[in-house]
Amino acid sequence: MFGKLSLDAIPLEQPIIMGTGVVVALLGLTILGLITYFRQWKYLWVEWITSVDHKKIGVMYFGLGLVMLLRGFADAIMMRTQQAMAANGAAGYLPPEHYDQIFTAHGVIMIFFVAMPFVIGLMNVVVPLQIGARDIAFPFVNSLGFWLSAMGAGLVMLSMWVGDFAATGWVAYPPLSELGLSPTTGVDYYIWSLQISGLGTTLAGINFVVTILRMRAPGMNLMKMPVFTWTALITNILIVAIFPVLTATLAMLSADRYLGMHFFTNELGGNAMMYINLIWIWGHPEVYVLILPAFGAFSEIIPTFSGKPLFGYKSMVYATAAIGVLSFFVWLHHFFTMGSGANVNAFFGIMTTIISIPTGVKLFNWLFTMYRGRIRFHTATLWTIGFMVTFAVGGMTGVLLAVPGADFVLHNSLFLVAHFHNVIIGGVVFGCLAGMSFWFPKVFGFTLNEFWGKVSFWCWLVGYWLAFTPLYILGFMGMTRRMNHYDHPGWQPLLIVALVGVCIIGAGIVSILIQLAVSIRDREKNRDLTGDPWDARSLEWSTASPAPFYNFARIPRITSLEQHWDDKETGRAGVRVAIFEDIHMPKNTAAGFVIAVFGFVLSFSLIWHMWLFAAVGLLGMIGTFVVRTYNRDVDYDVPAPTVARMEAERFALARKAA
Amino acid sequence: MNIITTTLADAPARAPAHDLDHGHDDGSNTVLGFWIYLMSDCLIFSSLFATFAVLAGNFAGGPSGRELFDLPYVGVETLLLLISSFTFGVAALNMYADQSSKVIAWLAVTFLFGAGFIGMEIQEFAHLIQEGAGPGRSAFLSAYFTLVGTHGLHVTAGLIWLAVMMHQTWRFGLDGVVRRRIACLSLFWHFLDLIWICVFSFVYLRGVL
Repeated sequence: MFGKLSLDAIPLEQPIIMGTGVVVALLGLTILGLITYFRQWKYLWVEWITSVDHKKIGVMYFGLGLVMLLRGFADAIMMRTQQAMAANGAAGYLPPEHYDQIFTAHGVIMIFFVAMPFVIGLMNVVVPLQIGARDIAFPFVNSLGFWLSAMGAGLVMLSMWVGDFAATGWVAYPPLSELGLSPTTGVDYYIWSLQISGLGTTLAGINFVVTILRMRAPGMNLMKMPVFTWTALITNILIVAIFPVLTATLAMLSADRYLGMHFFTNELGGNAMMYINLIWIWGHPEVYVLILPAFGAFSEIIPTFSGKPLFGYKSMVYATAAIGVLSFFVWLHHFFTMGSGANVNAFFGIMTTIISIPTGVKLFNWLFTMYRGRIRFHTATLWTIGFMVTFAVGGMTGVLLAVPGADFVLHNSLFLVAHFHNVIIGGVVFGCLAGMSFWFPKVFGFTLNEFWGKVSFWCWLVGYWLAFTPLYILGFMGMTRRMNHYDHPGWQPLLIVALVGVCIIGAGIVSILIQLAVSIRDREKNRDLTGDPWDARSLEWSTASPAPFYNFARIPRITSLEQHWDDKETGRAGVRVAIFEDIHMPKNTAAGFVIAVFGFVLSFSLIWHMWLFAAVGLLGMIGTFVVRTYNRDVDYDVPAPTVARMEAERFALARKAA
Repeated sequence: MNIITTTLADAPARAPAHDLDHGHDDGSNTVLGFWIYLMSDCLIFSSLFATFAVLAGNFAGGPSGRELFDLPYVGVETLLLLISSFTFGVAALNMYADQSSKVIAWLAVTFLFGAGFIGMEIQEFAHLIQEGAGPGRSAFLSAYFTLVGTHGLHVTAGLIWLAVMMHQTWRFGLDGVVRRRIACLSLFWHFLDLIWICVFSFVYLRGVL
C-alpha cells in the first residue's frame, strides 16, 4: 500500500539535512502557530488561498519565488563553500552523492521555482492593469495554475527529507537519469515536480495569451500596447509552444522508468540523444521566456525615470518578436560537442549569433531613451543600469560560446556556468527585482524603502561580479562544472574569491528581506495616495494604489501609446468618473487549491509507487474539476453604489494628499 | 469545423444566457483559449511523432510493424472513430436546432462509437503484449505504444467529458455554458480524429508498406 515508502526514506544519518529539517519544521510550526494565535486562518483562506484576483495571485507567485530563492541560494552557498574547501585531496564537507543533489536542486529550483514564479507573478500583477482589464481571461484557471506550481515547489522541498532528489544535473540527461543508473526516487521527484508545475505554467500561458489578445481596453490596438505587455505576449506564446514538449519528454522518461520502455536507454534501441534534443527544444526558448518579461520591465522603468517616451517602440516590439522566433533555431548549441557534424554546428552557431542582434537593438533603445533624459536614480533605475552593463558582458560571452570551435574548449566548463549566471542573474533577477520595486506600490499602496533597496542592489552587483568573474577565469583554466573536489592548487584562491562574492549576494538577499520589513513598518509614511508615485506613463498608474479589486471603475478608452502620460499632459488624468455602473467580477473558489492538493497526492504517490493513493489523487483531481463545472454561480455584480463609494473615498484621500 | 465556428459566433444572439452577457466574456474567450490549448496539445503529439520517426527503425531484433500490424483490424478501428466524429456533428446540428433530447441521444451514440474504438485498442494492445511485443521489447514498440496510447488516453478523457456533457445537457438544458462546452468538446473530438488520421498514416500504413 505504501509502495517503496518506508521510514528508511528519511535520511536520519545526514546531520546537514536533518538539521535543516528541524529548523524548517520549527519555523513552519511557528508560522502556523502565529496564524492560529492571531486567528488569521479565515483571512488567509478567504483573501488569499481561494482568491482569483490576479493581483493577489501575482503576489503569491512572487512570494513563492522569494521563499524558493532562499532555498536555492542556500544550495549555492553550500556548493561554493564545498569547492572553496575541497582542494588538493581534501574532501570538503559534502559527500558526492549529496553534492550532486544540491547542484541539481539548485538549478531546478532557481529556474522553475524562482525565476518562473517571479516572471509569472509580475505578469499577473501588471498585464491586466496595463491593458485596462478588470481581471484575467480565466480567473479560476489562474488560481489553479498557481497552486499547481506551488505544489511542485513543495515536492522539491519534501524530497530533502523524504527520499532524495535527482543527482543528475538540472536537465536530467539519460542514460544517467534512467532507472539503471538512478535507481532511487530522486529522478521521480524531479519528473513529477516539473510535470505538476509545468501544467500550471502551460495553463498560465494560455490564460495570458487570451487575456492580452481579447481583453484590451477599447482603442488599444496591438501597436498601442505597452512594451511590458508585448514581452508578456511573446513570452506566453513561447510557454504554450514549449512546455508541451517538456511534458512529453518527461513523460517518455517516466515511461522508461516506470513501464520498462526504451526511449532513451542504452539497450534495445533507445536513443539518449533524442532526449537531449527534445529537452533543449524546450530549454532554449525557456531562457527567453524568462528574460523577455525582464526586458519588458526595464522598458517601462527606463522611460519613467528618464522622463521621456521609450526610444524606438516599434523596433522594441519587432525585436521582441524576432527573439521569440529565433529562439526556436538555436537549441543545438547546447551540445555542439556531441557530433552533429560541422555543417549542423555552423548553422546553429550562426543562428545563435544572429539572436544577439535584436537584443542589441533593445540595449541601444534603452540607452537612447536615457540620452538627454532627466534621470532619477531610483532603485529601479539602478537595477536597470546594472543590468545593462552586466547583461552586455553576458551576451558577449554567449556569442563567444556560440562559436562551435570555441565551444569545444569551453563546453561544460565554469566559463559556461559564469555565462548563464551572468545573463540570468544580470537579466532575469535584476529585472524582477527592479519590477518589484517599481510596481510594489500599485499592489500594496505604499512604496518600498529606498535605502535598503539600494543596499540590496549594490550587494547584488558587487557580489555577482566577485562571484562569477573568477568562474570565467577558472573556465579558461580548464575547470569543469559540477566538481565535488579537485587536485589543482591554482584553482582554490579563485574559488575562495567566488565564495566571498556569493556571501555578498547573500547580504543582498537579506537586504531585500530587511527592505520589505522596514517598508511594512513605515507604510503609513510611504503611502502612495496619488496612484502614480513615479510620474509614470502607462495605464496601470491611472488607477488607485493599491488598485481596487475591480482595477478600473470605468474601462478606459485608449487613444495613444502612452495613454496615462497624455492624459496628464492634457488634464484628463485623475478626472472623477461621474456615472458608475455595476461591475461584473468572478467569485472566489477553492477548486484550484483542492485540485492542486490532489495533484500533490497524485505526484507524491507516483514517486513512491503507492498506486492506491495515486488513484485517489487522480480521481480527486478529475472529480473536483467536474464538480466545479456544475457550479453555475461563479460570478457576481458589484453594485454601482459600492463602486461609487469606494471611488469617492479614494478621491478624498488623494485630495487630502494634494 | 466550419459549422462550429459560424454558429459559435451567433450563439450569444440565440442564447443570451447568464454566462454570455458578461461585460468581459461572451464565451468566445473560452473557445479561443481552448483552441490554444489544442495547439499546445498538438505539440505534445508532435513530440511523440518526432520521437516515433527517430525510433521507428530500432526493432532491436524484435518484431517490426509489418509483422505486427493487422491493417483491416485497424481499419475498422479507424472507421469507428470517423463515424463518431460524424455522429458528433449530428449532435452539434441538433444543438443549433435547440433539440436537447436529440443532442443527448447523438452524444450517446458518439460515446458508444468512441468506447468501441477504445475497446478495440485495448484488445490490440493486449494481443501485442501477449505475443511478447510489449512496450519494453524495443525502442520502436515503446514509441508505438506511447504515441497510440496517448491518443487513446485523450479519447478516454473525451468519453468522460461526453458523459458529463450528456448529464449537463439533461440537467441544465442547452444554455450558453452547456453550448460553449459542447462546442469545445466538439473541437477536441475532431482534433483527436485528425491526430488519429496521422497515426494511421504514419504509424500503421508506413509500418506495413
